Amino acid sequence: MLRLENCLIENGGFALHADLTVDRGSRIAVIGPSGAGKSTLIEAVAGFRQLSSGAIHWNGTSLTQVEPGKRPVAMLFQDGNLFPHLTVVQNVGLGIRANLRLDATQRAQVQAALVRVGLQDMADRKPAALSGGQQSRVALARVLVQGRDLLLLDEPFAALGPALKAEMLDLVAELVAENGATLLMVSHDPSDARRIADQVVLVADGQAHPPMETASLLDNPPPALKAYLG
Amino acid sequence: MADRAQPVSPRLGIGAAGLVAALIFGTLAAVALRAESGRGLGSSDWAALRFTLIQACLSAGLSVALAIPVARALARRRFVGRRVLIALLGAPFILPVIVAILGLLQVFGRAGWFSSGLAVLGLEPVQIYGLHGVVLAHVFFNLPLATRLLLQGWQEIPAERFRLAAQLDADARAMRQLLEFPMLRRVVPGALAVVFAICLSSFAVALTLGGGPRATTIELAIYQAFRFDFDLGRAALLSGLQLVLTGAAALVAVKVAVGEGFGTGLDRPLQRWDGNTVAACILDGFWIVLAAGFLLLPLSAIVLAGLPGMASLTVSVWMAALNSVLVAALSTVLLLLLALPMASAVALGRGGMIEVAGILGLAASPLVIGTGLFIVIYPIADPFALALPVTALVNAVMALPFALRILVPRAREVTARYGKLSLSLDMAGWPFVWRVFLPRMRPQIGFAAGLAAALSMGDLGVIALFADPEFATLPLQVYRLMGAYRMEAAAGAALLLLTLSMAAFWILDRGGRWHAEA
Repeated sequence: MLRLENCLIENGGFALHADLTVDRGSRIAVIGPSGAGKSTLIEAVAGFRQLSSGAIHWNGTSLTQVEPGKRPVAMLFQDGNLFPHLTVVQNVGLGIRANLRLDATQRAQVQAALVRVGLQDMADRKPAALSGGQQSRVALARVLVQGRDLLLLDEPFAALGPALKAEMLDLVAELVAENGATLLMVSHDPSDARRIADQVVLVADGQAHPPMETASLLDNPPPALKAYLG
Repeated sequence: MADRAQPVSPRLGIGAAGLVAALIFGTLAAVALRAESGRGLGSSDWAALRFTLIQACLSAGLSVALAIPVARALARRRFVGRRVLIALLGAPFILPVIVAILGLLQVFGRAGWFSSGLAVLGLEPVQIYGLHGVVLAHVFFNLPLATRLLLQGWQEIPAERFRLAAQLDADARAMRQLLEFPMLRRVVPGALAVVFAICLSSFAVALTLGGGPRATTIELAIYQAFRFDFDLGRAALLSGLQLVLTGAAALVAVKVAVGEGFGTGLDRPLQRWDGNTVAACILDGFWIVLAAGFLLLPLSAIVLAGLPGMASLTVSVWMAALNSVLVAALSTVLLLLLALPMASAVALGRGGMIEVAGILGLAASPLVIGTGLFIVIYPIADPFALALPVTALVNAVMALPFALRILVPRAREVTARYGKLSLSLDMAGWPFVWRVFLPRMRPQIGFAAGLAAALSMGDLGVIALFADPEFATLPLQVYRLMGAYRMEAAAGAALLLLTLSMAAFWILDRGGRWHAEA
């Protein structure tokens, strides 16, 4: 399980407090008003932000001093998840070895991941020659080969249309179900949360609240969430 | 985890900046220790100082004054070849000085086209040696630069202002007062300062067109003290004087300068509604033709004069060309080894001192560094045997400020955009450098390398200090041929030099952009 113990994350004049536990294998949507610190929270878990105080644990091991690339974390950002000068197969291969020296087994692993996301015929294309949805699939194939315990999504599908976004979220749900990963996804859309998240972390007023059941929270929102949902 | 996770360590860049600073300050210290404090400046030294300042003032004033009507004409006219002409304004930057001088001699020399024209009219030929010639050559090099700086100023006036002024039915005069004078007040001081600073450390122009007690710059005096009298103390004293001058001028130029004068974004057409009168059209046409002619005639002259000589190039010219290619290649490699780590460190927010070290190259004069290196090397090795690597190193340091201006913005962009993703993929260190940083930087690396190679190929500075009679680079060989009055051979060698410089720039710049994705 993921444990955020009395974490204080400061960024300029902004401070976010988090003291919460996420069960292994759960699917969490992080929602809240714009500027409340949803991305800040995710970035702290990924290791891009220093904690001013507190600690982050994964299954009892402290992550607080671990570098981003060494954490059991795969992350997709809002944009720029692919390197435009590398082919699809290279972009995915980075998830296994950053220097791209892959042996036969690892290459087969990359191929299998491409098959899984339905891009086996696009292996040698560059990202510019793919549609937005296909680019998202490449990034997800890389997440697959990374095989990390935690998947963090910072709204990587925000630029896609509603139908395509739903399709990607369903694919994400399938993938995390298949390898038992824990999902934390930032979202500003409550329907995303309903679609794939069983629990919701509400970030508002400088506070990341402990996870609550999605349906019950959204149906009976507390005042802070109510103000956001309108 | 250190204070913040980063895809590459800034240590290499800090090290490179340290090396550059050590080279510049170390050679300066070596020079300062040799300078004899008791002796002071002699009358010829004061003359050199006076001449340096006078020619730099005249060159800056003339270049900028002429650039104003040219830039205005280019800003408000659309014509076929305008883009080519503006691109061509960037060419003198990488044009070998000695080539341009030969071209100018072909046009404005005693037996040149211009004087022949005057002779037909029964007039005396123009005098190109001395102050006239030095200023003429400086205007040739800096009028295009000043024009680009001013043109940038014109194009930074928002299109909305022109629309508003047009809507108010402003005539040309009102337009000047509303828009153009305020812009010029902002841009002209910077352009003046930049050209002034460049002309202060003029060496090759003064060497070929100046000379004698009345037309010697400080750089040339350093060379003469060193080369003819082997008076290291006097060379050191003059070096100190030169350093104070260029340092002060560079400081002023950096303070008041706006824009960079070369690069992209200068060909955006701007719709204007003034200046549609016949008189204005004729005036603008006059300035454009004059500027284009001033730029193109010497270049065409060198091509015409060089072609016959090209057929009979001697072995010594080819050897010199080989040396030049080696110097340029080594210099380009050294430049990239210094500039890339520095650019990445600046991109990681370790700017400050690194950027200062990069700018030092603007203030330092190559002859001062050369003199210092000579003093340092002399007791331990034969400096003349090291002419090639020393020239390459000094050229690399001189190109560094320009390379950083090209590389840093892109390095910032790449680290900002791909830094986090690379960290989350555990690519920190070499995988990031090989797989992300260098491939994403390729067009900028190519451009910077092309500039460095062309500048080094055409450099006639330090090499003049260090070369023995058996060793020469191509620019030095051209100079020696000129000195021996073998003008046809000199023109042929100059054409070869021009071809090599432009080819080096073109190949590296193109190579960088070849198959580069957006």
